[in-house]
Amino acid sequence: MTFTRYLTGALVGALSMSAMAAEVNVYSARQDALIVPLLEQFEAETGIEVNLITGKAGGLLSRMQSEGAASPADVLITVDAGNLHRAKEAGVVQTIQSDVLQSRIPETLRDPEMQWVGLTKRARTVFYAEDRVDPANLSTYENLVDDQWKGRICIRSSSNVYNQSLVASLIEVHGEEATEEWARGMVANMARKPTGGDTDQLRAVAAGQCDIAVSNTYYYGRLLDSDKPEDQQVVDTVKAFWVNQDDRGTHINISGAVIAKHAPNYDEAIQLLEFMVSDDAQAYYAEINHEFPVVDTATVSDTIQSLGTYKAHDLNLSILGENNKRAVMVMDRAGWQ
Amino acid sequence: MAVTTLTKSDRLGGFRPNGLLLSTLGAALCVALPLCVVLSFILTTQSDVWAHLVDTLLLRYATNTVALSALVAVGVVALGVPAAWMIAFYRFPGRTVLSWLLLLPMAYPAYILAYTYTGVLEYAGPVLTWMRAIDAPAWLMAPILNIRSLPGAALMLSLVLYPYVYLLARAAFLEQSANLMEAGYTLGQTRFAVLRRIVIPMARPAIAAGALLAIMETVADFGTVQFFGVQTLTTGIMRTYYGFGDTAGAAQLSSVLLGFVAVLVILERYSRHRVRYYSDQTRRLNQAAQHLTGTRALTVQLLCAIPVIFGFFIPTVLLVNWTVFEAQLQSLWLLAWNSFALAGVSSVLIVGVALLVAYANRLFPSRQLSHMTTLIGLGYALPGVVVAIGVLIPFGSMDAWISAQLAPLGVEPTLWLSGSLFAVMFAYLVRFLAVANGNVVSGLSRIRPSLDHSGRLLGLSQGAVLSQIHVPLMRSSVLTAILVCFVDILKELPATLILRPFDFNTLAVRAYELAGQERLIDAAPASLCIVLVGLLPVILLNRSIGKL
Repeated sequence: MTFTRYLTGALVGALSMSAMAAEVNVYSARQDALIVPLLEQFEAETGIEVNLITGKAGGLLSRMQSEGAASPADVLITVDAGNLHRAKEAGVVQTIQSDVLQSRIPETLRDPEMQWVGLTKRARTVFYAEDRVDPANLSTYENLVDDQWKGRICIRSSSNVYNQSLVASLIEVHGEEATEEWARGMVANMARKPTGGDTDQLRAVAAGQCDIAVSNTYYYGRLLDSDKPEDQQVVDTVKAFWVNQDDRGTHINISGAVIAKHAPNYDEAIQLLEFMVSDDAQAYYAEINHEFPVVDTATVSDTIQSLGTYKAHDLNLSILGENNKRAVMVMDRAGWQ
Repeated sequence: MAVTTLTKSDRLGGFRPNGLLLSTLGAALCVALPLCVVLSFILTTQSDVWAHLVDTLLLRYATNTVALSALVAVGVVALGVPAAWMIAFYRFPGRTVLSWLLLLPMAYPAYILAYTYTGVLEYAGPVLTWMRAIDAPAWLMAPILNIRSLPGAALMLSLVLYPYVYLLARAAFLEQSANLMEAGYTLGQTRFAVLRRIVIPMARPAIAAGALLAIMETVADFGTVQFFGVQTLTTGIMRTYYGFGDTAGAAQLSSVLLGFVAVLVILERYSRHRVRYYSDQTRRLNQAAQHLTGTRALTVQLLCAIPVIFGFFIPTVLLVNWTVFEAQLQSLWLLAWNSFALAGVSSVLIVGVALLVAYANRLFPSRQLSHMTTLIGLGYALPGVVVAIGVLIPFGSMDAWISAQLAPLGVEPTLWLSGSLFAVMFAYLVRFLAVANGNVVSGLSRIRPSLDHSGRLLGLSQGAVLSQIHVPLMRSSVLTAILVCFVDILKELPATLILRPFDFNTLAVRAYELAGQERLIDAAPASLCIVLVGLLPVILLNRSIGKL
């Protein structure tokens, strides 16, 4: 929205918003490029107009909170179960009543009370320098605190929700105290102070700053698909390892959606979400960002398939949200910057 | 009858309500609002998040903030003082050009410098690729790889903030009496001894004032430290607000940051006071400057050029190169329009308010008024993050209250204040009114009251005095005030980030977001826009200082 439109919009907008053609208002924490094509396809198929507002996850949630009953938001699309849970806790969501969504999305990838649903799946696992690490020495997240990895691990900061969710899952498995001990071990084994995003960690392994990185899978997928020689150099020397395959499975997370408590277009919102779990949309949505579909029947892209199959941790992801605050505090106490 | 504006009863009569005085009161209350809101959280019940912060992170936030400030202080002095010294005391080819080139890094917000250097110094970037190709030693490459660190942040901040020290130190050097130096030489002191014993001690208050200004910008910085992963109080406030979703904790951290700022403000006032004391000599030193030629001139030229090369030319060449050849120009025009329109409207409003305040002070001076004006001056010291938190909390409550009042009338609850451009502009007013006020007052003080009186005696109304005498005389300082505010707003990041409507992006916010997505090259066009516009007040500043 431009400045002038905003000013005039603020004046007349409130009066003239309703009584238009069918529409649905989407607040999205995902980048435009990942979601716009899908929304356009939905518009073409249904004739429902989609209005999109993008922003940061925390910012969009604050906005919905402060907008209260006046919020035009119908759907909030965001990443990470931690953020979805936060929306639920903030009381800005309502129950998603849809048999389609309930039956198509696996139970662990949606809220038990249907306050949010997962739309794509991603795994957070270990990547290693092929020339310096023998994958036989890799096994689990728990193993990363072993002395052999001292000064060799790159992982991003504790402010990042992906790490918070990983630690939240460990709290569920091992309890808070043991997880804090683990976090201390991780800090002791870090090659450098956490900086940058997951891609930075992968690049740091390629650069020889560290031998192991923890990253979400789609960041690696993006590098796999990149034309740039420096990105190809990273995927040539850095390989993926699926952790915890002999026990509970690799930590996974989702991108997902909620329906706003005061959604003016509830039915259209349900239609949109049901569209997004259709086989075609799932295949497309997962492929464009190298994620995994939440619906098993959807096909998986070649890039994703090249990473191999893996066993995922079978944890109801609402736990990640419930443990989020404790996870942050555990990392703070452990000195994880 | 003619001189009604400055009668004794007006001056001593204190606070008789009229438009100008009420405007000033209103402006002072605007600045006081976020300050009071944030400080009020010291007294309220403490959240569990706050207890957690005290146990774990507060010390790190505080020590990092102090360490960063100390390093920046060293950095700006190391870059600014030698340059000022060489410009003031030597004559060499290119000196005039260098004397204003040294101001150019002021056009850069530190975070843009950080994005740019990170983009070129990353592992796969040209610098390290080349160093690997020539088998450069690891100890040389390590600091480049670790640019995203506390020392790295200090370097970025020093490179854009040293002009404060350079400007004040240069002025101090130039204004020092040559007599004292000559006395030193006569007493058989070497050039170095004169420098150490006379010149530097006399310029010390000016240098300290410049360094303190730089430190104030440093503790308020968010973009650079956030990008480099340095945990300071500003990033802590953001993390507490967004990460923990804890407004009270964020406000409490803000009040800790305000404590730092308060100390700096007091020190700054003190050092400025001493600058005034030292700078009342009249005889200039120009005649005593030493002429340099040959290799000595070349050396001095190179030394003066170093801060400009690293603080301006290298990053600008990179930004231009990326913008022209590599970056994806996504909706740049829309972003530029949003930024310019927002900054334009805001700066005109702010300067309008500044004019009211300045005229209130001129026409109805009183002690209360000068207190209020001092309060307005404090706004500039408030970090953007703190202003944002201090605006968000009361506006949110006011929205809820207004909606509750209007609900019986069937009015849908709406965000009247928060989450709108009004909140953003309000924060800008709080933060930049002092800047506008400084410029307007300096313009107004050049118009002697006798001019007003003559005008009134010649039968002009008060309004006609304003339009026929003041407006033409004030035009340039008002335009300067608007321009300086405009650029400050264009560069402002944290308050815009927190308060902007969410479908509303500016150049600064977009550059920040793209950098956060590790798309540093795509951030170049927005960054370049900010820097190019930021050059305008620097050029103006240089012209107003005049040729040396």
